[in-house]
Amino acid sequence: MADFEIPKIKNYLEIPAVQEDVMAHSSPFIAKPPHQAGLGFPEELVDDWENKAIEKMGDLLGKYRSFQVYLDSCVKCGACTDKCHYFIGTTDAKNMPVARQDLLRKVYRRYFTFAGKYFPKLVGATDMTKEVLDEWYSYFHQCSQCRRCSVFCPYGIDTAEISMAAREIMDEVGLGQKYCNEIILKAQTIGNNLGLPERALADTLIDLEEEVEEDTGLPVKYPLDVKGADILLVTPSADFFAEPHIDGLIGYGKVFHEVGASWTMSSKASEAANFGMFIGSYANMRKLAMRIREAAIELGVKRIVFGECGHAWRVAYSFLNTLAGPFDFLDPNYPVPQHICEFTHGYLEEGKLRINKEENDHMRLTFHDSCNVARGSRMGPTPGGQFEIPRKIIKAVCNHYYDMAQDTIHDATYCCGGGGGLLTDDLMEIRVKGALPRMQALKTVVDDHGVTNMAAICAICKSQFTKVLPYYDFSMDMIVSVHQLVSDAIVLTGSEQEKELDGVEDDEAEATAE
Amino acid sequence: MSFLSIFYALLFYFATGLLVVGLGYKIRQYAKTPAPLKIPTTPAPVTKGGVVIRMAKEVVFFYSLFRSNKWIWLFGWLFHITLFVVLLRHLRYFTEPVWWWVDLLQPFGKYAAFGMIAGLAGLWARRFLVDRVRYISAPSDHLMLALLLGIGISGASMTFVSHTDIVSVKVFFLGLMRFDLQPLPSDPLLLIHLGLVAALMIIFPFSKLLHAPGVFFSPTRNQVDNPREQRHVAAWAVAEFESAGDQQKNNT
Repeated sequence: MADFEIPKIKNYLEIPAVQEDVMAHSSPFIAKPPHQAGLGFPEELVDDWENKAIEKMGDLLGKYRSFQVYLDSCVKCGACTDKCHYFIGTTDAKNMPVARQDLLRKVYRRYFTFAGKYFPKLVGATDMTKEVLDEWYSYFHQCSQCRRCSVFCPYGIDTAEISMAAREIMDEVGLGQKYCNEIILKAQTIGNNLGLPERALADTLIDLEEEVEEDTGLPVKYPLDVKGADILLVTPSADFFAEPHIDGLIGYGKVFHEVGASWTMSSKASEAANFGMFIGSYANMRKLAMRIREAAIELGVKRIVFGECGHAWRVAYSFLNTLAGPFDFLDPNYPVPQHICEFTHGYLEEGKLRINKEENDHMRLTFHDSCNVARGSRMGPTPGGQFEIPRKIIKAVCNHYYDMAQDTIHDATYCCGGGGGLLTDDLMEIRVKGALPRMQALKTVVDDHGVTNMAAICAICKSQFTKVLPYYDFSMDMIVSVHQLVSDAIVLTGSEQEKELDGVEDDEAEATAE
Repeated sequence: MSFLSIFYALLFYFATGLLVVGLGYKIRQYAKTPAPLKIPTTPAPVTKGGVVIRMAKEVVFFYSLFRSNKWIWLFGWLFHITLFVVLLRHLRYFTEPVWWWVDLLQPFGKYAAFGMIAGLAGLWARRFLVDRVRYISAPSDHLMLALLLGIGISGASMTFVSHTDIVSVKVFFLGLMRFDLQPLPSDPLLLIHLGLVAALMIIFPFSKLLHAPGVFFSPTRNQVDNPREQRHVAAWAVAEFESAGDQQKNNT
């Protein structure tokens, strides 16, 4: 199945002994010249790249307080060393968060600190060399920017910030990652990461409407580019075709239908994900965010709601207002943006949605907190709402729910292993190995509580688990969308499901029943 | 006046000057560098008051470290809290008359030195015993612990083993503060202790000791979680992207 060793799930999570350079071979494909140029980066590694890299580092040090403070503040206490899923899964020393940061910190010290300039050996400072650059390219693409290390650092040092800066420096000298940069360009030119043009989207949505009508007997709409709608739904493009993502999209549509919401999707902003964050590029992140603003203005909507997507929600919740605000042209009675879970949860609380939980009785569920939702965003008015709201939704639509171990959920959650721009086949080994801690926690609830399915609210998590679960002898369809559960349990007014539940009403059906 | 007294007087003026200027420079740098994006590690407080509480939990109790690793927390917190008490106790050598609460601290301050030494020894042991920590330790990390341990042991020795002429030491430092040079006793333990302290003050602004001001400027810990309610944008981002010609903006 794989040309590398798949980690074994043991009885409990073991902190491995450190090994050196066992993942040094892992590097993603390098971006092609058009993708580099399209994002405003040099097409290939420039001459004099050493100086350009240092220059860019200096530029970032002046622009990002996080970068400056974090490079200075680490005391090497070791608190983060056993917190990264990639370290636990690979045992590679450089996948310890502090060691990953040090790949960049040692260069920072050499060029920007007194101690590093005059006593490099003493403080572990090194010149910017090709070996260093290669190491950066390898190990800064073994970080999913999940921020778990930041939670446990006494100073809140966030390796994601260092990783993003490293990737931006590499892009700036012409060494970009193919997967991210290709995708960003597609989203900036076509509107979504998959490069689905408007026609293809429209066709997909028509198919979806037919499918839902067949199932429910109701004309549930999945509108695209409808001017004057109240709500613009921005969802990850994987929701348009991938499993189990699309079942989530079906769910959003059913909720909107049931509450009588006027909504639309946009072909221009047909992507919630913002890969600009992965490469640490404010400019590219902003370009993507501006498409959402423009779509909202062009369509004349009053609200923006985001579909289930992890890093997307972090960018949307934490950065959208910064990058593309102010949103004073939208209805001030609603948060901008709002998460689909906040939307659905509100109506569930009000008792506006009829739910038949038994529809989900064939499943025993657990919930995977997606890293960037858990540690980089919020839902609802109070801190921690991002943990409570999705769980409340699941418990409202399912009878059997079990949390995984405390140290693997909420803000201590483990990344799925595929986030941060690593969801590509050329990084399969690191993806599989990085999933180990989550697989371990899942195995425990499977054994203890007979859990059959794991729900998530992130397109990357869903794709990653679909691919990785089989490596650990789980079934790939264990992973489900939260709104897929809503979709299966919701009883739409006037639907076939309602008739079935309330007893057959019309005479014709009664006659056939006899 | 002995050469030694003059040397130590100059050393302490130099060390103090460098500490104040160096630290001032770094704090100014941290304060002036913008944080262009909202990146608090969530769940995060939604009010400024909440941030003050979060920061206090970090600085006083090392809350995140406690969640992370009980051994590092035990040794690290023990070292810092006892160092703090020891430092307060040392105020008696710089004040005349000695403040009443510094007097009150005196017995605790004396024995706190042992906590300090134990904490440092524990932290240093981890650098040898835990393979992960061994891997990430540079020579400077070992030297820093050696320096602090040297300060702790030489200081405690003067309290518990071989007393120095502490009255003269106080006269020396009170003199320094008034720019009135007084003789310094020449016990080897005292000279070692003071020399190491001056060295620590000198390297403070150039080393990882910057974590002390750094923690207060850490955006993941000091930001209010309110990005939807309040627009947060850095001056450089406005200058770079939102200056006059931004048509999309004007559409609204």
